[in-house]
Amino acid sequence: MRAPLARGSVLAAAAALALTACAQGTSDDAGTDAGTDAGAESTYDPDAELSGELSIMGFGAGDEIATVRLEAAEAVIDPVEVTLIEGDLDIQQFLSAVAAGDPPEIVYANRDQIGTFASRGVIVPLDDCIEGEGVDTGMYRDVAIDQVTFGGSIYGIPEFNSVQITMANAELLEAAGMSIDDVNGSDWDAIAAAAEAMVQDDGGLSVIGYDSKLPEFLPLWAKANGVDLLSADGKTAQLNDPAVVEALKFAVGIYDAQGGFSAVKAFRDSNTDFFGAGNQFATNTLGAMSFEQWYVNVLNESSPDAAMAFDTFRDKEGQTIAFASGSAWAIPKDSANPVAACKLATTMTAVETWQAAAQARVDARTEQGLPFTGLLTGNEEADTAIQELVVEIGDEKWDAAVAATYEANDNTFALPANPADAEFKTAWQDAVNRVLNGQQEPQEAMDEAQEQAQAALDAAWADAE
Amino acid sequence: MATTTEVSRTPSTDEGDRVRRSTSRKNLRAALLFLSPWIAGFLIFTAWPVGYSAYLSFTDYDVINAPTLIGFDNYRQLFDDPKISLSLWNTFVFTAIKIPLHVIVSLALALLLNRAFRAAGFFRTAFFLPEMTPPVAVGILLLLLFNGQDGLINSTLGWVGIDGPDWTTDPAWVKPGLVMMGLWTVGSSVIILLAALRNVPQELYDSARVDGANWWQQTWRITVPMISGTLFFVFIVNSIGAFQSFTEAYTAFFGSGNTTYSNDAALFYVIYLFQQGFEFLHMGYASAMAWVLFVIIMIITGIQILVSRRFVYYEGDGR
Repeated sequence: MRAPLARGSVLAAAAALALTACAQGTSDDAGTDAGTDAGAESTYDPDAELSGELSIMGFGAGDEIATVRLEAAEAVIDPVEVTLIEGDLDIQQFLSAVAAGDPPEIVYANRDQIGTFASRGVIVPLDDCIEGEGVDTGMYRDVAIDQVTFGGSIYGIPEFNSVQITMANAELLEAAGMSIDDVNGSDWDAIAAAAEAMVQDDGGLSVIGYDSKLPEFLPLWAKANGVDLLSADGKTAQLNDPAVVEALKFAVGIYDAQGGFSAVKAFRDSNTDFFGAGNQFATNTLGAMSFEQWYVNVLNESSPDAAMAFDTFRDKEGQTIAFASGSAWAIPKDSANPVAACKLATTMTAVETWQAAAQARVDARTEQGLPFTGLLTGNEEADTAIQELVVEIGDEKWDAAVAATYEANDNTFALPANPADAEFKTAWQDAVNRVLNGQQEPQEAMDEAQEQAQAALDAAWADAE
Repeated sequence: MATTTEVSRTPSTDEGDRVRRSTSRKNLRAALLFLSPWIAGFLIFTAWPVGYSAYLSFTDYDVINAPTLIGFDNYRQLFDDPKISLSLWNTFVFTAIKIPLHVIVSLALALLLNRAFRAAGFFRTAFFLPEMTPPVAVGILLLLLFNGQDGLINSTLGWVGIDGPDWTTDPAWVKPGLVMMGLWTVGSSVIILLAALRNVPQELYDSARVDGANWWQQTWRITVPMISGTLFFVFIVNSIGAFQSFTEAYTAFFGSGNTTYSNDAALFYVIYLFQQGFEFLHMGYASAMAWVLFVIIMIITGIQILVSRRFVYYEGDGR
């Protein structure tokens, strides 16, 4: 081997690999201010003749809910040719496309990403689009609108909604002498008692009594304890608020009482049939947890006879609460077809379109011999219309699940749009994980998270303003 | 006469020079023509990004809006960011554990392959196959194999009475787990070392055997010195790779394998760099991080090269 050649190659490769990681394109113009209505401005003409192409990034037509609505939207914007860039929105791909001046015409993003995109001028306000298409924003759920509103303008059209309800194994509850009311969140002592009563550890965990679903559900536990993680204006982190720390201590304590988070997570991860007949409830290996409502559909389909019990998740006062999340349509700056994009977004989320999609789902489920368990959107009127399609299943547990889902959907909260969502989320999730991993105490972890999150918010808001 | 001769040879010499220069220019043009795809690729995909990232490291840049020059602020911020020291520490520890193990295991497998004459082809393929596994799949596989409850590793340990640790959640065991998973892909190093082993002259072993040397003495006194250049190559290339570790750890602890769960023990420097650049959109800061990593790698590589002069034998190098 010739040493100098090898060394040279190695050093050159090292240099290239280390450095090319951080040069991913250039900006095409200077300073697009947040709030600049580049794509739609006040010239939005709903009667403009449509033509050209429309690429959608982040949206997949994988089921009847998607295909029926997409077909309806395509009919409205005909002859525009629609192409899908499927899969979850890849932020790197999206931002690179925007920076290169060749963005997709419309994107399908998580609502919590909207504030960050809006603050950087990546997407345009939709006020003129909404006004031009005569959309009544009052029909959308307030929390959904709050999530897509930045600087007084609406930057996204809300789509699906996701909420949490309490799900429990009725057999395990009964064996422990408890009921769904003991694990619905309203009585934290009862949850702790239920967790201890249902957990089974025979030299290794074999049943999780109660899974408090950390780190992802800290906002829910904090809200149940009376506080949000972020102020209503999206500018002040409240991560080390005593009520947040208390909620974290409680939720972590649930794991500690069952052998610690490591053991619970390892056991939870060992079940690889989360979506099948071998799920944790069907195999009697999980007592209770709060989880997103879509899992009701999975359980109903994969293990319809499992002994289940459902309720909403409740705060300490017994009031139903749920943390709303979901998706939204947004139009990138420099979108080549903003009018078609606007029409597609408003058509996809119109009440009658949702109804048609829900009916298609009902038909498909009926054909499979399965009940329709509902569909949640960010559109309150659509939800009401869709709920009318839900017929009584005739099985108490599944009817309870549907009722809990719709009650939760009427009692949601969310974190407001902010320009540093990713950093904010990373700060508190990492802090919770440090506590779960035994690296820090709750107060210390949340103090550190508060400092990081507030610094990120301050910097991002300063840039945005 | 002499003058006449000299005068008569001068035009001939000049003509020869012209022909040679012309041929040389033609050769150069041809060489450049054939090299031009590589040169263009190098300039566009390597030189320009490297240079541009140096510029970006002195700016506040969010990918969308134009970069704003902020001097050395990004570099100053590196010193105040506790995650920089954490991620560097994680990366150093991971590298320090992984590289010696990687080299030892690769060498051991190569030595075995070198003696497996008939089945060598099969084993060469078998050892190399894991290299074909996408790193993302390796990350997911790690979560399954190293699951503390009933992963294959702990189940196997259980057969011999060992209660295995929580590899994927206990911060003390996360890096060893990643190192062990990394050994899955020693195939390319094994193949390189095997090629070196095949080049060691047989007469050296024959002489040693005549002198009564046993297997260990032959290996330590002949094999290792004779392949020390290749060993050094494997060592240094994998060291650089370890400093840039990303995919497996990101998948297992920060990406699709765990969408909300993370583990500080697996926060390697490049993972944090990626978060800053592509999740938080601090591309200027991420560029500064990249340059710091570049300098660190250069320093460590330089040290390794200096130290290697005492231990590495290059055949034909006069040493």
